[in-house]
Amino acid sequence: MEVRGWKLERPANIQSPTSNIQFKGYTMKTIRSMVLVSSDPVSLERGAQQVYNELLKTIEAHGLSDEINVMLVGELGRHDALPLVVVYPEAVVYGPVKPENVAYLVEEHLYKGRIATALLAARRELTGRIAWLNARKGTLPAEQRIVLERAGVIDPESVEDAIAHDGYAALGKALTEMQPQDVIAVLEKSGLQGRGGAGFPAGLKWKFVRGAPGDKKYVICNADESEPGTFKDRLVLEGDPHVIIEALAIAAYAVGADEGYIYIRGEYELAKQRVQQAIAQAHELGLLGRNIFGSNFNFELHVHTGAGAYICGEETALIESIEGKRGEPRSRPPYPTTHGLWGKPTLVNNVETLANVPAVLRNGAEWYRQFGTPKSPGTKVYTILGNVNVTGVIEVPMGITLREVIAIYAKGMKPGSTFKLAQTGGSSGSVIPASLQDTPMDFESFGKAGVSLGSGALLICDEETCVVDLARVLLTFFKNESCGKCTPCRIGTHRAFDLLTKISEGQGQKGDIEQLVALADTLVAMSNCGLGQSAAVPIRDILKHFRAEVDAHIALKVCPAGVCPMHVEEAVLA
Amino acid sequence: MKNGKDVMQVVRSAVTQHGATRDELIPILTDVNHELGYIPQEAVTEVSRLIGMPKSQLYSVASFYEMLSLHPRGRHVIKFCENAPCHVVGGRQVWQALRDELQVLPGETTPDDRFTLMTTSCLGICAVGPVVVIDDDVYGNIEPSQVAGILARYK
Repeated sequence: MEVRGWKLERPANIQSPTSNIQFKGYTMKTIRSMVLVSSDPVSLERGAQQVYNELLKTIEAHGLSDEINVMLVGELGRHDALPLVVVYPEAVVYGPVKPENVAYLVEEHLYKGRIATALLAARRELTGRIAWLNARKGTLPAEQRIVLERAGVIDPESVEDAIAHDGYAALGKALTEMQPQDVIAVLEKSGLQGRGGAGFPAGLKWKFVRGAPGDKKYVICNADESEPGTFKDRLVLEGDPHVIIEALAIAAYAVGADEGYIYIRGEYELAKQRVQQAIAQAHELGLLGRNIFGSNFNFELHVHTGAGAYICGEETALIESIEGKRGEPRSRPPYPTTHGLWGKPTLVNNVETLANVPAVLRNGAEWYRQFGTPKSPGTKVYTILGNVNVTGVIEVPMGITLREVIAIYAKGMKPGSTFKLAQTGGSSGSVIPASLQDTPMDFESFGKAGVSLGSGALLICDEETCVVDLARVLLTFFKNESCGKCTPCRIGTHRAFDLLTKISEGQGQKGDIEQLVALADTLVAMSNCGLGQSAAVPIRDILKHFRAEVDAHIALKVCPAGVCPMHVEEAVLA
Repeated sequence: MKNGKDVMQVVRSAVTQHGATRDELIPILTDVNHELGYIPQEAVTEVSRLIGMPKSQLYSVASFYEMLSLHPRGRHVIKFCENAPCHVVGGRQVWQALRDELQVLPGETTPDDRFTLMTTSCLGICAVGPVVVIDDDVYGNIEPSQVAGILARYK
């Protein structure tokens, strides 16, 4: 298998562990220990493949190959000690592990059964409010994993592994014990909100599609994850592709569709391969296709890949793209719930939203509501980035605060730096000043505070970040990704970028701020879709929270953070 | 012949694989782009003939998507992520190092056809920024001092 140019190989002479449970002609492995090796690009660069090969060799030399399973599993969620080796069931995290450490690790932990203390990854302690979370075993930080429950734990290429961890149980329950309306009722009761950024109640959306007239309907998984700083959906698709297939089948049953699409962004090659393989496996077991679980329900699923256009994450642009056209958003209404793909009623949900569905059906709405806040139940997957000690992915209940994320999961700001602002949800999120770091992160509280949760990226910036420079970089993104269909967005993003560039070059004049405000107002009021509207957000936010800093650029010709050039230079980021 | 491959053959095999319908246009163009490095004029004409769609519409789709190119590129394509997560952790300095090393503007190809320098939006590997992708190889946590050494790996 090849991942972004890295070859991942299993040496041919090493046997798979013995198997002794039969399932529909498949064999399931019963094993004593599972050893996971991280294989993100950095781990691979630092020799993860050699560590993996060495583990296989050493385990075989000890005669343990039958009892121990070794896997390369992609990202493991922390980046401070790569490559990581995690040994289950103890959930001991070792790292950074070099090939020459493997002999010691195998002998101590897997042969003698003792923790190989010399190789333990640095501990991440738990403090404060997070302590009430169900702690995971071992030395990983406490998280509440629903969406990522199986990602990184199962072999993503094995349908048996998924099934052994409750995979397709919810689909079976829905098809054999529940009416479509019951499924929607459970979802409504659970309070699950769309995780694509807007937070629209998922059950209500399903109800709309179910109620829309028409015999032919579609369900679509929006996996065009392109929001800068966001890679949570990639981890679900790469780590647990079956959860999306199962959720889409449940959705199709509930809304009355018999065909579905997973729209994966073109850059996610590995995700595409794994999803396609998973679909083939599900077909083989009769979990897709005709008369699923012996019912009258039929469902076919297709994969469609994008070709590099952020705007295709907007649901109507995504539908245009599946139809083979330019990804330009349609005018709404009508909404896709009544006029979607090929003009038929269509349900479009984000990967993270769908990944919640099987767990909700299996465990019930009450179970789901115990996590998070009353108005925003459940968990949220965040990607932590920026000037902090530990970057990576976490899944925690809705309603924890930014301060907690920084202190506990990110292990604090980088030495010598202090927190200035966070930028949430990729480019279309908000700029959060330090004064809001104790606001609970859920749809309701953030809405009241006038900021947005966005897609779950938390870009944490220190005092060496200049707000003008940051807004300029964000506007670069919007002007490049604007599809060009409507004038306010196509021209407005360019004009805003030009103004911010001028200010960063020390050429700002009196009246520039007023012009930026007017541009932001026009973008919000006149743009056809969310892209143009979001482009106004960073402008408004920096003027609201950091007005003095912008003024200093214009009036004093000084960049307080020392980032902006404050003189005209050749275009650096054209 | 482009990139050592027969354009017509590449186009026909892509159309056969995906089917000659409009909704398969993007997968077809993606395959052609991947095989030939870009979508040459004669490929546009042939796809248009095979799936019965005007060239103008085909051009509108091919010019819209970032991963499709209607112009030849260098032997190696460098994509530099210019979004905020990479920017705040040192992306600016890496970009400057790339510019100094290659002496071209974004979107341009070096005179020896070795590299095309492009900026890109987020690639979803933000936890290891700044990120540079050369062809299919991903480089994360890059320091400006590493740039010359990385480029030297590509001939």
